[in-house]
Amino acid sequence: MNALQTAIADGMTITKRNTLKIKRAPDQLGGVIILPIVFVLLFAYVFGSMIDIPGMSYQEYMIPGIFVQTVVMSAQITGYTLVLDLQKGIFDRFRTLPMAPSAVLTGQTISDVLMNVSSIIAMSVMGLIVGWRIHSAPHEAVLGFLLLLLFAYAFSWVTATVALALRTPEVFNNIATVVSMPLVFLSNAFVDSARLPGPLKVVAEWNPVSTIIQATRELFGNTDPAMPVPGAWPLRHAVTASLLWSALILAVFVPLATRLYKKAVGR
Amino acid sequence: MPPAIVAEGLVKRYGDVIALDGMDLSVPEGTVLGLLGPNGAGKTTTVRILTTLLKPDAGHATVAGFDVVRDAQRLRSHIGASGQYAAVDDHLTGAENLEMVGRLHHLGTKRSKERARELLERFDLTRAGDRPVQGYSGGMRRRLDLAGALVANPPVLFLDEPTTGLDPRARAGLWDVISELVTGGTTVLLTTQYMEEADRLADRIAVVDHGHVIALGTADELKDQVGGDRITLTVTNPADLQTVRRVLAPLAVGEMQTDPAASQVAVPVANGAASLTTALGALAAERVTVRDAGLRRPTLDDVFLTLTGHEATKNAKEHSR
Repeated sequence: MNALQTAIADGMTITKRNTLKIKRAPDQLGGVIILPIVFVLLFAYVFGSMIDIPGMSYQEYMIPGIFVQTVVMSAQITGYTLVLDLQKGIFDRFRTLPMAPSAVLTGQTISDVLMNVSSIIAMSVMGLIVGWRIHSAPHEAVLGFLLLLLFAYAFSWVTATVALALRTPEVFNNIATVVSMPLVFLSNAFVDSARLPGPLKVVAEWNPVSTIIQATRELFGNTDPAMPVPGAWPLRHAVTASLLWSALILAVFVPLATRLYKKAVGR
Repeated sequence: MPPAIVAEGLVKRYGDVIALDGMDLSVPEGTVLGLLGPNGAGKTTTVRILTTLLKPDAGHATVAGFDVVRDAQRLRSHIGASGQYAAVDDHLTGAENLEMVGRLHHLGTKRSKERARELLERFDLTRAGDRPVQGYSGGMRRRLDLAGALVANPPVLFLDEPTTGLDPRARAGLWDVISELVTGGTTVLLTTQYMEEADRLADRIAVVDHGHVIALGTADELKDQVGGDRITLTVTNPADLQTVRRVLAPLAVGEMQTDPAASQVAVPVANGAASLTTALGALAAERVTVRDAGLRRPTLDDVFLTLTGHEATKNAKEHSR
């Protein structure tokens, strides 16, 4: 086997390991399936009864927001699992094996994509129940789901980087929550960002989370001509901008996480 | 035949702390070297360097003929390592843990599965093999971890405090397993804080303190180094300890050790039984009441104490607190 084949095979082995772990410890899976379902219900009926979105129901508007919120939140599991493994010494075992060192991080991030697939399925079903519909062509809808997963994958590398820099589960959890909450709520997830006041509006419109949400709305057909046209460039070219954001995040955080991993284990 | 493990002048610093300070080792193929020393002596750091987990700041080392820094990736196919914290996955079953190691050794799926079953059987884990490791006892975990180190049949094995924290029965069980391996011709580097463990398993013992080897030899050679037999005397009245030291001083061939809490004195002597008779006669003449008197071979504890001026295990406990 050459280096690339080894890296892929080892990445798959680690992915399988992490997937088994999720299966055996369903508490995490519960978190990424049950919590989003609760969010769907709360937002659909509490905010839904108060907020008017021109041309469409609030349910249709907010489901893409919940999708992105969920993948951002569940990316924390990547980081959390890494810190726990780091403390247990299992990485020492891995590093005495003739495996590709990259497999630990690729395996972890890929297994989290698989977890995201199950949570997106759960949310879609819940969304359909509360009145969300896909109005676009099937290939666009598929693209929408793929874009979500791509962003989820990229964002896993962000949390991996943060986790490997902090190296303590409790500290990581606190910081991750403190950062991801504003990231999700200072966006167009649950309110129209165009109606936010001055500086908040600028932040929300340039927030990558808003871009991904806008792109999935477009790809699922959850937009309406009656809605005000967003001003910021990333929102007007949401699909392109989402791909650019994901590529940029991967380009920065894959090497960064890899470096921090080497530093964290080599002490 | 070149030695399976060679380390020359290894140095490792952590800021101002010098973990290794010129560590030299040489382990001939098919033998067991015990690294004996307290926590903080540099045992684990040595193992981490030899298993490619750490790079030394100075010095070099080869394992199975491969340089630990330059040939690290190829070296990893030839070693097995089992640490003091069993590196097994709680949520995976015993079999899955071993299969994963096999696949990461690139044995292929089928061979990995077969190998996992073989090892589970050998380590008496067949019945537990399909249960998640979460429910394993400490001893079972260590056995599984050791099995993980053996998946690829490595010619060189590193065991870092393999029985630390185990109860006596589990420890004895693991000792049997390790002894068996050694008869199979595997070269083993074993670190331990337990004299008994080094005595039982190692062909040669390297006593380590402050990051380098301070004595090397078989258990018997080391014991001879600290002199012959020891008289241990326990007196009824602790106030007599001074008298005992004075009376026995002419007999001592080395440093006497006094343990006031136990009202005990240990005296290294040249000609065992005769010295004991002389000692008891002299103490009777001084009217010292002796509660217990005995003659014993030096233990590795004595070796350690003599060489370093502190006790291995006691020191270790203080460190781990």
